[in-house]
Amino acid sequence: MIPAGFEYHRPADLASAISLLTTHGDEARVIAGGHSLIPMMKLRMADVGHLVDLQSIETMRGVRIDGDTVTIGALTTQHELITHAELARRLPILRECALLIADPQVRYCGTLGGNVANGDPGNDMPGLMQCLDATYTVEGPDGARQIKARDFYESAYFTARGDEEILTAVSISLPAPGTGYAYEKQKRKIGDYATAACAVIVGGGTASVAMTNLADTPIWAEDAGTALASGDLDGAVAAALAAIDPQEDMRGPIAFKRHVAGVVIRRAMQRATDRAKG
Amino acid sequence: MSKMHVKFTLNGQEVEGLAEPRTLLIHFLRENLRVTGPHIGCDTSHCGACTVDMDGRSVKSCTVFVAQANGADVTTVEGLVNADGSLGVIQEMFREHHGLQCGYCTPGMITRAHRLLQENPTPTEEEVRFGIAGNLCRCTGYQNIVKAIMAAADQLNAQKEAAE
Ligand SMILES: Cc1cc2nc3c(=O)[nH]c(=O)nc-3n(C[C@H](O)[C@H](O)[C@H](O)COP(=O)(O)OP(=O)(O)OC[C@H]3O[C@@H](n4cnc5c(N)ncnc54)[C@H](O)[C@@H]3O)c2cc1C
Ligand code: FES
Ligand code: FES
Repeated sequence: MIPAGFEYHRPADLASAISLLTTHGDEARVIAGGHSLIPMMKLRMADVGHLVDLQSIETMRGVRIDGDTVTIGALTTQHELITHAELARRLPILRECALLIADPQVRYCGTLGGNVANGDPGNDMPGLMQCLDATYTVEGPDGARQIKARDFYESAYFTARGDEEILTAVSISLPAPGTGYAYEKQKRKIGDYATAACAVIVGGGTASVAMTNLADTPIWAEDAGTALASGDLDGAVAAALAAIDPQEDMRGPIAFKRHVAGVVIRRAMQRATDRAKG
Repeated sequence: MSKMHVKFTLNGQEVEGLAEPRTLLIHFLRENLRVTGPHIGCDTSHCGACTVDMDGRSVKSCTVFVAQANGADVTTVEGLVNADGSLGVIQEMFREHHGLQCGYCTPGMITRAHRLLQENPTPTEEEVRFGIAGNLCRCTGYQNIVKAIMAAADQLNAQKEAAE
C-alpha cells in the first residue's frame, strides 16, 4: 500500500510549522509519530498535500513536573511516558494506560499529542485525559489557547482544535498521593484497540470515571464519579453504562459491547477503590 | 511529486539517494539500497517483520516515510553481525536454539531483541514475551525464540563481565 504523493516539510520551530499550516490551508496536515496517520494515508483514507513533520520542534518534547502539575510536551512518546520514573511514581495511571497501547514498536513512535489530537474514539489517552481533567494547549496564528480534554471531542475525528492550530502540550493536576487509580482495557489481542476500556481515579472524597471506544467520543461520566465517591459501586457502574453509546463493528454487536463494558467498568472501579489509601 | 535527496546512516555507513517523500522506509531499504533483511509481512503495521532500529528505537519500517528517516541512524539485521562478518550473539543464539523455522519473522525478531537487550540486559521470560509482542511468528510458537533471547542475554552479560 502506497500513499498518494505529498510535499514534505520539516520545520525547525513551532512558528514555522504554524505558518506552513496557514499557507497551505486544508491541504496541510501535521505528522508526529505517524502511527495513526501513515496507516490512514496508506489506505488512502487520508489525503495530504503537504505533510508537516513536527519531529525537529524540540520545545514540544519532554515532561516537566512543577509542584502539583505535570506538563507533557505533545511529542513525548508513549515509550517515554512509560520509562519516566518520576511520572510513573506521581501519575501511575498514565503508565498503566500507555502499557496497554499497541506494542513496543508503536509505543516508541506514537506520541501523547498525536494520540489525543487524532480524535479516533479507539485511542486510549483521550478517555484517561478526561478522567484526569487534563488541559490541552493549542497554538495557532492567533496565539495559544487552552482547551479542557472534557470539552475537546465533538465526534469521531472532529475536535475543538482549529485546522491551523497545533496541540503543543498536555497539563494535568497530579492526584494527591494515595489516590486510587485503574485503567482497565479489554482487547481482542495485543496491538488491538479497546473493545471497552475505563479509567477511574478515586480518593479524598471524590472520584472520576471515563471510558474509551464506547461511543464516537470518549465519555466522561460525571454521575458515575459522584456515585463512586459515595461508595455506591453498583450505582456507579449503572451510571457509567447509562452514559455510553457503543456501536456494532468488528469487535462485536451492541449487546456484547455493553456486557464487556459492564465488566471492565466494574473491574476498574473495584481496583481503583482497592488501591486508594486513606 | 518531486523527489527529495535523503541521507542517513545505515549499519554504520552513510547512504543516500533520491526518493519521493511518500516512499516507505522499508521500500527504500529493500528496493533502492537492496538491503533485504527487513521483510514485509503485513504492510499494515501489525507483524513486525519490517522492524529496524532507528535512533535507538525499534520501529516498523512499513510505517515510516523515508523522509522522516532523513538524518537518522538506522540498523537492520545485517548490521548486527560481528566485525569479522560472523553471526552476532543474538543471531548465533537463534541458530543454536532453533529460534526460527521459515525465517520470515527472524530479521525483525532479532532486531527487536537487540534493542530489548540494550534497554533491559537481564529480562525475565515474561519481559521478553512482552518486549517482542509487536513481532508475530506464524511458525515457532515463540518458545524457542524466547529461549534464544534469554540465552543471548546470558552470553552478552558473560562477555561484558569477562571484558571488565
Ligand atoms: C498496530 C497499531 C495498534 C495501535 N493500537 C492502539 C491502541 O490500542 N490504543 C491507542 O490509543 N492507539 C493505538 N494505536 C495508535 C497509536 O497510539 C498512534 O501512535 C497514536 O494514535 C497517534 O500518535 P502519533 O504520534 O503516531 O500521531 P500521528 O499518526 O502522527 O497523527 C495522528 C493525527 O493527529 C494529528 N496530530 C498529531 N500530532 C498533533 C499535534 N501535536 N497537534 C495537532 N495535531 C496533531 C495528525 O495530523 C493526525 O491527524 C495503534 C497504532 C498501530 C499502528
Ligand atoms: S510489514 Fe511492517 S509491521 Fe508488518
Ligand atoms: S519462523 Fe516462520 S514466521 Fe517465524
